[in-house]
Amino acid sequence: MIPANFDYAAPESLDEAISTLSQGGDDAKLLAGGHSLLPLMKLRLAAPSLLVSLGKVPGLSGIERSNGGFSIGAMTRHAEIADAEELGVTAHAASLIADQQVRNRGTIGGSIAHGDSAGDLPTVFLAAEGTVTAQGPNGERQIQATEMFKSFLTTAVGPDEVVTSVYMPALDGYGWGYEKFVRRSEDWAMVGVCALVKSNGGTCEDVRVALTHMGATPLRASATEEALRGQSLSPESIAQAAEQAAEGTNPPGDVNATPDYKKHLARVLTKRALMAATGG
Amino acid sequence: MSAVTEGATGTQSGPIGRRMKRKEDPRLITGRGNYVDDISLPGMLHMALVRSDVAHARITSIDKSAAEGMEGVHAVITGEDLDVGAPLPMVWIPPGVEVKTPEHWPLARGEVNHVGDPVAAVVGSDKYGVIDAAAQIVVQYEELPAVIDPEKALEDGSPLVHDDLGTNKTHEWALGGGDMDAAMAEADVVVERRIVNHRTAGAAIEPRGCIAEWRGESVTLWTATQIPHLVRLFLAGELGVSEEKIRVIAPEVGGGFGSKLNHYAEEVLACYLSRKLGRPVKWLETRSENLAATTHGRDLIVYCKMGVKRDGTITGLHAKIVADLGAYYQLLTPFIPCFAAFVMSGCYKIPAVQTDIVGVFTNKFATDAVRGAGRPEATHAIEVMIEQAAAELGMDPLELRRKNFIPKEDFPAEVAVGVVYDSGDYHGTLDKLLEHVNLDEFRREQAELREHGVYRGIGFSTYVEICGLAPSRVVGPSGVGIQGGFWESAVVRVHPSGAATVYTGSSPHGQGHETGFAQIVAERLGIEPENVEVMHGDTDTGPFGMGTYGSRTLSVGGEAAGRAAVKVQEKAKKLAAHLLEAAPEDIELADGKYQVRGSPDKGLALADISLAAYVPENIPEGMEPGLEETSFYDPENFVWPFGAHAAIVDVDIDTGKVEVARYVAVDDCGRAINPLLIEGQVHGGIAHAIGQALFEQVVYNDEGQLITGTFVDYALPTAAELPSFETDRTETPSPVNDLGVKGVGEAGTIAATPTMVNAVVDALRPLGVSYMDMPLTPMRVWQAIQEARGAGSGPRATEQGRQTDEHGSGSAGSGPAAPAEGGES
Repeated sequence: MIPANFDYAAPESLDEAISTLSQGGDDAKLLAGGHSLLPLMKLRLAAPSLLVSLGKVPGLSGIERSNGGFSIGAMTRHAEIADAEELGVTAHAASLIADQQVRNRGTIGGSIAHGDSAGDLPTVFLAAEGTVTAQGPNGERQIQATEMFKSFLTTAVGPDEVVTSVYMPALDGYGWGYEKFVRRSEDWAMVGVCALVKSNGGTCEDVRVALTHMGATPLRASATEEALRGQSLSPESIAQAAEQAAEGTNPPGDVNATPDYKKHLARVLTKRALMAATGG
Repeated sequence: MSAVTEGATGTQSGPIGRRMKRKEDPRLITGRGNYVDDISLPGMLHMALVRSDVAHARITSIDKSAAEGMEGVHAVITGEDLDVGAPLPMVWIPPGVEVKTPEHWPLARGEVNHVGDPVAAVVGSDKYGVIDAAAQIVVQYEELPAVIDPEKALEDGSPLVHDDLGTNKTHEWALGGGDMDAAMAEADVVVERRIVNHRTAGAAIEPRGCIAEWRGESVTLWTATQIPHLVRLFLAGELGVSEEKIRVIAPEVGGGFGSKLNHYAEEVLACYLSRKLGRPVKWLETRSENLAATTHGRDLIVYCKMGVKRDGTITGLHAKIVADLGAYYQLLTPFIPCFAAFVMSGCYKIPAVQTDIVGVFTNKFATDAVRGAGRPEATHAIEVMIEQAAAELGMDPLELRRKNFIPKEDFPAEVAVGVVYDSGDYHGTLDKLLEHVNLDEFRREQAELREHGVYRGIGFSTYVEICGLAPSRVVGPSGVGIQGGFWESAVVRVHPSGAATVYTGSSPHGQGHETGFAQIVAERLGIEPENVEVMHGDTDTGPFGMGTYGSRTLSVGGEAAGRAAVKVQEKAKKLAAHLLEAAPEDIELADGKYQVRGSPDKGLALADISLAAYVPENIPEGMEPGLEETSFYDPENFVWPFGAHAAIVDVDIDTGKVEVARYVAVDDCGRAINPLLIEGQVHGGIAHAIGQALFEQVVYNDEGQLITGTFVDYALPTAAELPSFETDRTETPSPVNDLGVKGVGEAGTIAATPTMVNAVVDALRPLGVSYMDMPLTPMRVWQAIQEARGAGSGPRATEQGRQTDEHGSGSAGSGPAAPAEGGES
């Protein structure tokens, strides 16, 4: 568990971080909480030549109410998010990440920029249709959730960009559920499902369902969404819609779960998440 | 519950039986323990190994030039360079049985036989640098077919792990008694099951590690081991150095579970390279190395056949075991599955019991002892079979057990296997278990929950285990064939002030020797355990000892300490008699006073006597000064702890996930020296076994690649996955030793896997599931439910859980490479 040799920089401003990162070349990586990157490095599955720590950059942490939603600093730790009940499903999903030590270190910006389809917050971000703010040598830009996740561990954040904050809509009027299936509480999700439902007098006005670890990136279960949108909400209609949760997915199998089993879990968990989101 | 009988010299209020907190813990929980990794010596170099990344291949070339040229690298050696006097030891030579034994050298010689097989060693000044250097060593392989499935390995025409041995069959060995043909003919029902007891890892919290320091003609090796004295003996042969010039120290050792009951390649390499370079050499195992190249356990396929009469009488039990031993032997590899045979009769009076074992080479790492070592596998088979047979007979499984229990009055009881159980009260532990578990109430609740789609189940197991290895004449060279003696020894030294130090050859790795031994000796001497220090783990300062394993510490090493203390007490009584001007036979030890029987006012404390012994102006004629005694103890029999466990589980039938709602254990390990230590051991043992039952499995794929190379994939349970265990005891003293003790370190591990399987099967019977192999992972449970629903409910039709082959072929494609902790940055 010994990483390959690397250089380390701890810039004290965002501008300095960006310039250090871009001068570091392709092999430079940002270090936020480090709880995905460092284990990969220790196993020598990743060997960046330079780590640029964000630990000393001011202004990247904290949760603020803004524009009908929440602006969450990229370096805000999972533990802080888990304690912020007003964040609803985001807080709940953060509370389920790994264990307390990881939650004390891991950050929302790091999690979303890492784009692990087995991570919990990318899925919630996708369902909530949040926005990431990233800053690079050419200034600041917004990246919509639908544009964020490109392929396996690859996001729309450029190699010389720093995610500075994550915007999560408040989702007023939505019920929510996040179902995470794990063998052990500290594990990555075998499958996870985030469901957001806006009900109007028992009719489904809007629904969003996103899936964890069902493909190379977090995915929307669009067939389920379409099946439910505009329908009257009942255990039966939910069960029926949930049956389509795995449609179009091609989940990775491993020693604990074949793709078929994962598809089955996606259906079961979608039903449970939708029931939770509709108060069932 | 049997009465607690105090030893002849014990008192009810004495240290024995006290719930004393561990003397070890203050230093350990405040970070003041001194493990191998905490030791750093001046001029110390670091060693890293290049290990095979293929399962089976000829080495065609090794290019070490790039590594040798790197800054800070002092040496790179391969198997050709390594000049040692003997291969790594395997110490089982059973009389009359041929065990095919491949030479096992610390570094591969021309051929690699498993992933993780060491090929080269690099030593350098920087522990990071040697890993970089190891990555620069280029090994070319000509790959050979990998032998992975042990049953296919036995077929004609299978590729061979070792060509020169001409077969993959390591040995055949059998133990049994009674007329099996008659037993099966007499049976009304014969139940047959194929039970897979899958491969697990020892996974101690501290990985292995060692430091060798050669000075002049002598070497000191600090190593994380359970057996320092044996390691010294082996090193003498390998290094060609006289034994007294070798000092082996087991410092603080962070768990072993059998995986450190061994002598490993790295210990030899560190010593060899320290001598070659004239500098101390340190090696520390990474967790991935630990999972690949520290002994695995279990990995048996047990074909079990039980004959029963309609009234529940068991007529015979036959177990045919195929044991996957891996590519090479470690210390006891081929023997471990044979240990199962000694307890194959379980708690039952069965006229015919037979175990036939076939060992098999495969291109995997060696199996060897892991907590229980053969006994969990036997108990799992027996106790699963009991509930399978009960289901076929339509009988309550507890009634079936009770019908066949060896009754209390039969002890000492010889069973068909040919061994004699020392003492037992199997009805007693089961009765006590049922005081904690109201079975009628449970069945009502279970029926109600099922109506609401909640599947709750209860499972039981009872067990008897063979502990306290010893006796030497049974276990040793002309008996079972293990090449050694099995006694323990201890020195009890009373200091002039009346405090005492115990020197034991038994070397702990988490058991609590320092507390338990102190209690025993303090009681025998009439002082407090706080004033008794226990020294261990150093071949230069302690007496020879065989080590800590097989739940033998208390009943062999503890008894030796107790006997040495009794000798001291006897001398102290003689001296007291002299000082008090009384007859020695009139002196008693009561409440810490050596006094004339019934005259406490003139009693002497041990300190008074020890002072007189060390300032010997007034001691009896002919008495030697000082107060110190040694005892060597070799028991006359094994000891046989037993117990009864129950688990209540909830199965989510939509996902297959099993939650343990309650776990209740009643164990009887003879007389309790310290109930807190016992509870700690039972808790750990149950967690270990629930780990095997629900979570843990070492998986190799068809190419022999290790799939479970980190704790992400090798799923040790955490506290979050386990309930709060409920434990209780009965005390049936062992007649074998003076203390009346047995052993408890493995009890939970032995009892809990069948308890879990029986509970899950009980939950799922209404769905047609009648049997499942471990591990009961969510996917396997869900698949079993699907199969049962698809296949109706015939018992044979539902041998589930094998879609994911226990040898890894079920790994359904390779997922993304996963880092070591479940986190997100």
